[in-house]
Amino acid sequence: MTTELMNEIQNGVNVQALLDARTALEAAPEAAKFTWRAQCEWLDGVHSRTSISGFFGLGEDKTRPSAHVVETDHPAEFAAPDAAATPVEVVLSGLAGCLTAGVAAVAENRGVKLRSVSASVEADMDIAGILGIDADVRNGFSAIRVEFDIDADASSEDIAALVAQSQKRSAVFDILTNPTAVHVSTTGQK
Amino acid sequence: MTRNHVDTAIVGGGQAGLAMSRELTMRGIDHLVLEKGMIGNAWRTARWDSLRLLTPNWANGLPGRPYGGPSFHGFMSATEFAESLTRYASFISAPLVENVCVHGARALPGGFELATSEGPISCRTLVAASGGAVRPVVPAMATAVPKHVFQTDPGSYKRPSDLPDGGVLVVGASASGVQIARELQLSGRRVTLAVGTHVRLPRNYRGRDIEWWLDAIGALDESLDDVDDLTRVRRTPSPQLIGGTDPVDLTALNRLGVEIVGRLTDIRGGRALFSGGLAHLCQAADLKLGRLLDRIDIWAAERSPGAALMPSTRPSATPLPTAPRLSLDFGSGEIASVVWATGFRPANEWFRDLPVFDRRGRLVHDGGIVAGAPGLYVLGLPFLRRRRSLQISGAGPDTRDIAHHLDLHLRHNAAA
Repeated sequence: MTTELMNEIQNGVNVQALLDARTALEAAPEAAKFTWRAQCEWLDGVHSRTSISGFFGLGEDKTRPSAHVVETDHPAEFAAPDAAATPVEVVLSGLAGCLTAGVAAVAENRGVKLRSVSASVEADMDIAGILGIDADVRNGFSAIRVEFDIDADASSEDIAALVAQSQKRSAVFDILTNPTAVHVSTTGQK
Repeated sequence: MTRNHVDTAIVGGGQAGLAMSRELTMRGIDHLVLEKGMIGNAWRTARWDSLRLLTPNWANGLPGRPYGGPSFHGFMSATEFAESLTRYASFISAPLVENVCVHGARALPGGFELATSEGPISCRTLVAASGGAVRPVVPAMATAVPKHVFQTDPGSYKRPSDLPDGGVLVVGASASGVQIARELQLSGRRVTLAVGTHVRLPRNYRGRDIEWWLDAIGALDESLDDVDDLTRVRRTPSPQLIGGTDPVDLTALNRLGVEIVGRLTDIRGGRALFSGGLAHLCQAADLKLGRLLDRIDIWAAERSPGAALMPSTRPSATPLPTAPRLSLDFGSGEIASVVWATGFRPANEWFRDLPVFDRRGRLVHDGGIVAGAPGLYVLGLPFLRRRRSLQISGAGPDTRDIAHHLDLHLRHNAAA
């Protein structure tokens, strides 16, 4: 029953390919080890451009046909030209994109036809932290809220279960909710 | 003096080993049950004082010996259960050797040789019934807890007075964690409970014990073919239940004053760091509970529409703290003890030399039949053959299936 539904792609996610990859990688655990990369160049002021092209995965370096570019800047309230979104907003877009992709993939796997999915994301920040006004205030978000509005052929419980399963398997949700060791080093000074 | 050759050696004299002994006796198979301590050793020695079985007495009968005591709907203590096992061993005339320690096992042509404290014992078939949930698993980060903090686990913890005065961080919210958190909070200590993936179950639903429902709707008899992700099912934590009527879910613990925080993810620089994903795990547990109760309601409506059941009252959603704590400073003195209720693993070190473990050290078996060492069988693991495998009532059907396979193995590999 589920097989029929999976073969008939509804939401545009090739779940069968993902399930096949899971089976293959269970047998070849080294191939599952990926390294993601991004290359950032400072442009001017607080404006930077990050290009994203290669990554390591399935045992080898991969290069995309063309690089993706993400720019970051800051709005006028931070005395900047607002040439692009702030880095923290790009983080929110990463969370929303990851959870939304998860909803679509889980829905596909469960045979749920999605008509529309939208996610509103909000994050609170006290900038007394980044401005060094109050040492007790952290730099980052104090809370993030994601609100999904999903129209699909499913009960509200089933839709809630899609969102729950998406969180369970979301890389960005994990990155934001659990600590990660971050190592920053410097090279290039002549 | 212990015999040094048997057709079948059963290692472990708990409910699984004894049920297996009964099956083998009925089939006329020569065997010994080797128990490292007294019958029901783990139930007597490796559990806390207040522990009662999670299942009501009526569900804890042993094969051929249903519960016959005075309190059908009560919950017996771990020691009472161990005593019922001792009575069962004589009821079935189990060929039992107590106080014998099995240190190792190696494969021989046509069987195995056990290294024991009574000398070598060879056998044609070997049944590992030494328990699926015996050794507490404590994560490596425990070594990062500062020295002044007392640490224990559910295998060593006995009672609240064992702990120094002061706050307690209980890590893990399955049956052990929630029960220990509750009694520590009631002892006057301030308890913080770190909650990962958990299973919420009500003790009672519509006037019947949840075990009654799980049995009635057939959930406990679901077999290996009925689940699509066996690895995940086998790793499911034990439910937030206690042997008794007190609720021990997060709602109840929160009401008692226990502070609920996310999964403990790391200890760095003397600080415990908790996941910010608590709300997700609570919602996931509530959703899963809702699906189970839906299934029960549907079954009740279809199968016993005239039954005098109480109305369907659903537990309310787990109350979520608006801003759960994300870290805790051991240096503040707030926490005097940590209880690692982070799960148990099987006591299978004694056969670690047999080629039956995968690269991550997990025993490879198919419903208790171990293909890597023909003639080796394992019992008492989570979802070994069916959902009830880890329950007392799982010992009967699991040992019946496995004894059948073992019997055929002996016949097909008859001694020359």
